[in-house]
Amino acid sequence: RGESLTMIEKLEGQSLLRHEDDSEERRLKSDHHEHNEGHSNMSASTGVPIVSFKWHHVEPPYLIALWVLVSFLGKLVIEANHHVTTYIPESALLICLGFLLGGMIWGADKVQTFKLTPTVFFFYLLPQIILDSGYAMPNKLFFTNMGGILIHAIIGTCWNAATLGLSLWGCHKGGAMGDIDIGLLQYLLFGSLLAAVDPVAVIAVFEQVHVNEVLFIMVFGESLLNDGVTVVLFNVFDAFVSLGGGAIDAKEIVKGIISFFVVAFGGSLVGFVFGLLISLLTRCTKNIQIIEPGFIFVLGYLAYLTAEMLSLSAILSVMFCGMCCQKYINSNMDERSVQTVRSALKVFANGSETIIFVFLGISAIDKSIWVWNTGFILLTLFFILVYRFIGVFVLTWMMNRFRLVPISLVDQVIMGYGGLRGAVAYGLAVLLDETRIKEKNLMISTTLIVVYFTVIFQGITMKPLVQWLKVKRAALVELSLIEKVQNKVFDHALIAIEDISGQIGHNYMRDKWRNFEEKWMSWFLLKSSARKKQDRLFNVFHELNLQDAMEYVTEGERRGSLDFIRNENAFVDFKKKFDEDFAEAMPDIMADMAPDEAGASAMRGDPVPSVSLEMHEQNLRGLRQAEEINAHHLLEQHLYKGRKQHRHKFSRSHFSINQDENEVQEIFQRTMRSRLESFKSGKMGVAPPKTITKHTKREQQPKMPNGKNRSYYSGDEDFEFSEGDSASGYDASFPTRVSYRTGAGIENPAFMPDVDPSSPMHIPPWLADAELEVSPVAPSQRAQVRLPWMPGHLHRLSSLRTSPRSGDSVQEGDEQLPPPPPPPPRHDRDDNHL
Amino acid sequence: MGATQTRSGQEYQELAERTGFSAEQIRNLHKRFQQLSGNEDTISREHLKSIPALANNPIRKQIIEAFFDKRNQHGNELGSYEEIGFEEFLMVMSHFRPPTLRTTEEEKEAMRKEKVRFLFNMHDTDGDGKITLVEYRKVVEELLSKSGTIGQEAAKAIADAAMLEVASTNVPNMGPDDFYEGITLEHFEEILKGLEMETRMHVRFLDVSTTNVYCGK
Repeated sequence: RGESLTMIEKLEGQSLLRHEDDSEERRLKSDHHEHNEGHSNMSASTGVPIVSFKWHHVEPPYLIALWVLVSFLGKLVIEANHHVTTYIPESALLICLGFLLGGMIWGADKVQTFKLTPTVFFFYLLPQIILDSGYAMPNKLFFTNMGGILIHAIIGTCWNAATLGLSLWGCHKGGAMGDIDIGLLQYLLFGSLLAAVDPVAVIAVFEQVHVNEVLFIMVFGESLLNDGVTVVLFNVFDAFVSLGGGAIDAKEIVKGIISFFVVAFGGSLVGFVFGLLISLLTRCTKNIQIIEPGFIFVLGYLAYLTAEMLSLSAILSVMFCGMCCQKYINSNMDERSVQTVRSALKVFANGSETIIFVFLGISAIDKSIWVWNTGFILLTLFFILVYRFIGVFVLTWMMNRFRLVPISLVDQVIMGYGGLRGAVAYGLAVLLDETRIKEKNLMISTTLIVVYFTVIFQGITMKPLVQWLKVKRAALVELSLIEKVQNKVFDHALIAIEDISGQIGHNYMRDKWRNFEEKWMSWFLLKSSARKKQDRLFNVFHELNLQDAMEYVTEGERRGSLDFIRNENAFVDFKKKFDEDFAEAMPDIMADMAPDEAGASAMRGDPVPSVSLEMHEQNLRGLRQAEEINAHHLLEQHLYKGRKQHRHKFSRSHFSINQDENEVQEIFQRTMRSRLESFKSGKMGVAPPKTITKHTKREQQPKMPNGKNRSYYSGDEDFEFSEGDSASGYDASFPTRVSYRTGAGIENPAFMPDVDPSSPMHIPPWLADAELEVSPVAPSQRAQVRLPWMPGHLHRLSSLRTSPRSGDSVQEGDEQLPPPPPPPPRHDRDDNHL
Repeated sequence: MGATQTRSGQEYQELAERTGFSAEQIRNLHKRFQQLSGNEDTISREHLKSIPALANNPIRKQIIEAFFDKRNQHGNELGSYEEIGFEEFLMVMSHFRPPTLRTTEEEKEAMRKEKVRFLFNMHDTDGDGKITLVEYRKVVEELLSKSGTIGQEAAKAIADAAMLEVASTNVPNMGPDDFYEGITLEHFEEILKGLEMETRMHVRFLDVSTTNVYCGK
């Protein structure tokens, strides 16, 4: 067996070498050429060449980049047309694009210069796809269905390989294929390379169909896990072929079986170790946040290469690496880094998927590999389909006798039909040794046809089939908060029942694992700060709060760009209650946050509703993200454009987002100043509100040096502001808004620090408490201060709201909702101004 | 309450028909029951509370209470028992029975309803047919009870938010004066629809006895 492996490696090495030789030769030639050219140039102009064209100097990387670009552009064109992609999966279209491109090259050059080589595929294109799927793997689902997946991956794949090889051999003996030189072992080798369902193809097709998650994980998990089997089968049969039929004895076969366990479990172990390594590393990367994500890519890739080096299953390795570390790195790393990892992995994975399919198409346009043998090809196709179905049906039938929830017949059909073959099979076929397998080209072409057939034909028909059979689809909506709570209740209830009934089932094991994990793994692999934030419910809640805050800003923008917050009248109200000293107000913040204060808690309950309301209206992730972007944009536009705006600072190692101490100080001071301003003005005018507003303005105007007035006017066209001008006006408004949210609304402590870590003193209790007062001025103003669209739902919920007064006032506020905040009293100010 | 130590095969048969368990499963559960009760005929809350594996379960109280809840006995009675016999024990367990390949669609639907009702009863502690905010808060609080004080505060907010979600989805056009009293059973069912409960709320009841392996009381 060792021999066979080294042989394969040698083979790979050879192909790599050949490749390099080629390019080397070309480069030499080109250098020569260039030299000549340069020479002639020189002689012509005799001087220093200002511009010289050195194509051959950059050719290889340039070509690669161009090809990547072309593939991406192809995807762009394909995706631009949604009518097509709803019927034909993208992967099929990409292959067709490959045909087209290959045809063009063929037409131009009459040779096939580019094709998917195994080296490129296995070393540079495949790892990131698998890493991505491992990283995004729903672990719980995967392990719940582990048994079924393993059965399909191991027994199913062996079954496919054996039956395909044997049947083809039988047909050969029966004379169905004419005169070809393939023996039984070679048939089995061929069967083993075609046996495995391909993860890349499966992801590409199933991603667009959205079948229910159990079905998806069965097919997808199988396609990932069967790699171990494929590698072993391929190696073993390859060794057998080179040994020749006579030399195979029981010993070799036993060795083959043992090697399976070594390859599969060894690969998983390597992945596991690397996963732990990544998790440990991210524990201490706090100071180099910028390259934090890099560790995941590099170590993931190393996991792949290490397994390959030890001739273990590389796919299993990198997959388990991703699965192990996902939880720990997600909580260890900074949120930005997590985002980076996610999106970068998606870029890599999606990109190489695109390239793979395009090049699968291009590879077809090559006269040398096409050896047509109708019998062989058609029979292969037929057997693959038939045996896949038989295998799935038989295995699921056996499994269903033990499964808690049986897999329905419809799902089985889809599982059978989802047995797509892809680039892995092609890569393996190209790896075959021509000297020992005479019909290598026939095998390659058959493999290509099988790949095209399964990806294109089955891919296209998958969706109609799923619809026609009424396969249960996955719900696209996100779970609401209550559903998540219920999920937890479920889990605990199941564990409890198992405990009481004294059964040891899935839940029992899972519970034990979780306890172990919480106790040891988390302690070992998580930062101490991250450990606290483990609870998923918290996370959901936290997320909701963040989103809510952002939407609040957006909504404010919609209603006239935060004007409602800056409205002076609002300030006047607060003052009425809090005539005390500013300093004295501060301790109240803490008191306000205490949970038992009845009035405050009633108040605090209020903003929460908007959380859930919004959540239901827009629970699709895409929408959310759009909102987020909006909010970010908004924040950037409005909130702080300090005097230090124009400091151009570039740093490779830090994002500098308002982290400067001085800057924070400055914001704080300005905020405080402006608030004092409004306080002072408030105190002076104890008269009816109208006068107060006037008064306020007069009082304030001289003290707001840089164009506060202007910022008032331009409530709706904020974007055109000159930065310096808007600064003070907005600064004044920002903390107020934030503090309102924190002080009045949300008692989730997790949320607090995120709002504005720079200034803990921004929470003015008067904002919250003023709400309790039935405002004598105008309820509409209060309505502006609260979330504009927020209905006071909570008081309908329960009797908990103790103060009827506050309830009433809230309602008043609600009824005032529709009218947008009155524009700032321009006339007054105009008068003043003029 | 009817659970004698020497149960005849006939009695098992009867129970099997009523609960849907196989005779083998009932025998195992009976063994477990006796183990828990210390060979008594009935079992009390203390017995269940002393199960060591249960000690870490945040919703232990609710689960144990569910065993003594008369509503979970397929009758229409309200209130709760002080002690339950094997039959009642089995009845509660039967809520978690997985469907087999032979179960028809109607049976599945009925099972689903039962499961929802069981969960609902677990939340609705006072048995008025509504999960009020107070009741719901309690559940969430206990869910998070292991997270310390932060949990307590957040629990309240989470419960409120969740409750409002229900209110806003079930009664979309609520007037300002309306008062959402609580989640009714129908609403609860509606909410849980997306969770595919029927495929999840199962426990594997083995035909083989595990009591020897299992080292709890």
